[in-house]
Amino acid sequence: MSPAQPKLTARSVTLDALWYSNPIFRQILGICSTLAVTNLVLNTLVMCIALTIVTGLSSWTVSLLRNIMPRNIRMMVETLIMAFYVIIVDIALRAYWPEMSRNLGPFVGLIITNCILMGRSEAFAISNPPGISLLDGLASGAGYSAVLLLISLVRELLGMGTVLGMPMPFFAGPHWDKWIIMVMPPGAFFMLAVAIWILRSLGTTAAEKKA
Amino acid sequence: MNLSHEFGSALVVCFAAIFTGNILLTTFLGMCSFLSVSREVKTAVGLGTAVVFVMTCTTILNWAMYWLVLVPLQIEFYRFILFIIVIAAFVQFIEMVIERYSPPLYYSLGIFLPLITVNCAILGAALFMVIRKYTFMETIGYGFGSGAGWMLAIVAMAGIRQKLAVNRIPQGLQGPGITLIIAGLMALGFIGFTGVLQAQ
Repeated sequence: MSPAQPKLTARSVTLDALWYSNPIFRQILGICSTLAVTNLVLNTLVMCIALTIVTGLSSWTVSLLRNIMPRNIRMMVETLIMAFYVIIVDIALRAYWPEMSRNLGPFVGLIITNCILMGRSEAFAISNPPGISLLDGLASGAGYSAVLLLISLVRELLGMGTVLGMPMPFFAGPHWDKWIIMVMPPGAFFMLAVAIWILRSLGTTAAEKKA
Repeated sequence: MNLSHEFGSALVVCFAAIFTGNILLTTFLGMCSFLSVSREVKTAVGLGTAVVFVMTCTTILNWAMYWLVLVPLQIEFYRFILFIIVIAAFVQFIEMVIERYSPPLYYSLGIFLPLITVNCAILGAALFMVIRKYTFMETIGYGFGSGAGWMLAIVAMAGIRQKLAVNRIPQGLQGPGITLIIAGLMALGFIGFTGVLQAQ
C-alpha cells in the first residue's frame, strides 16, 4: 500500500504483504487464475505453491535487473521473466506429476497474467534490492495462498465432505446433505465474497491505525 | 469433414462459449477488469467490444502460430511466451491503426486496449483453444463466443451495479464484495443453460 516507507525491515515487508495489503482481500488482485481451482484443496495447494515460487523468483530477477533495464520496455521484460519461470514450473509439473498437470489445465500458464506478479514487480521489486524483493514476492504469494486455501477448504468440506480427498467424520456421513453448489463455479464467488467481507471487517481498525 | 459440418460445430462451440461455459462465470478469467470497470454501462460496453474484437483476432492468430509454427518445430512449450507476444503485438498494432485512421473510435475504444493486454481471459482463451484441440472453424467460433460471453457478463453486471449505487451495503461488503456475490448469482443463472447443451 505504501511503497515509500522510510525503513524497510524484513518484518514490516512480510507483515505488509501478509495482512495490511494482502493481495486478495485488500487489493483484489490476481483472483482470476486461481479461483477456478479452489474446489479441491490439493489443486489449490499445488497452484499456490507454484504461484508463490514464481512470484518470489520473478521479483528477485526483476530486482537484479532493475538498474540495467530500459524504462520504456520494462513491462515486456518483466512479462518475459515471469513467462520464463512459469514455463519451468509447467514443464516440471508435467514431468513429475502429469495427473495434476492435467487437472490444472491452462491455469498454470495463466499464472503469467496474474496481476500479483506484475503488481509486485512494479510496486516493489523495481525500486528495491534483490534480497528483500524475493522476501516480498514470497510473502505476497503466501498471503494470497492463505486466503485461497481457506476458501478451498470450506468449498471441499461443504461440497464433497472431504479434505484433501479424505472423508471428514461429520460431513461425509449420510445425514449431511452435500452442498454441491459449493464445488461449482457460483460457490467460489460466494466464498470469496464472504472471505473478503469477514477479513475486511476484522481488519478495518488495523488498516486505519496504519493509515 | 465437409464445410457445413464444420460450420455447425463452430456454432455449437460458439454457443457453448457464451452460455454454458462462459469464460468469466465458469473459469473466472478476466476478473480484475470485470471488478474494476463494471461501474457504468457505457464503459462496460466499450471494454466489452474491445475484448470481443481482440479475443476473436488473437485466438485465430494464436491458432495459426501454434499449429503452423510451434508444432512442426516441436517447441510447444514456448507457447506461453509466443501467445503473450502475439497478443501484446496485436493490441499495440491495432491501437496505432485506430489512432491513425479513426480518432473518434480511438477515444471511445482505444483507452481500453492497453488494459486488454493483461486481461487473463485473452491468454486463457488461447490456452483453452490449444488444450481442447479446436479446428480452425471452431477456433473462430470459440474466440468470438468467449469474447461475447465476457461482454454479456460485464454489461449485465454494470447495469446491476448502477441500480445498486443508491442502496445501503454493509461496509466490509462494499465494492468488490457485493460485486462477487452478484457475479455468483449470475453464474447460478448461467448454470441453467447447461441443460441446453453439454459440450466443451
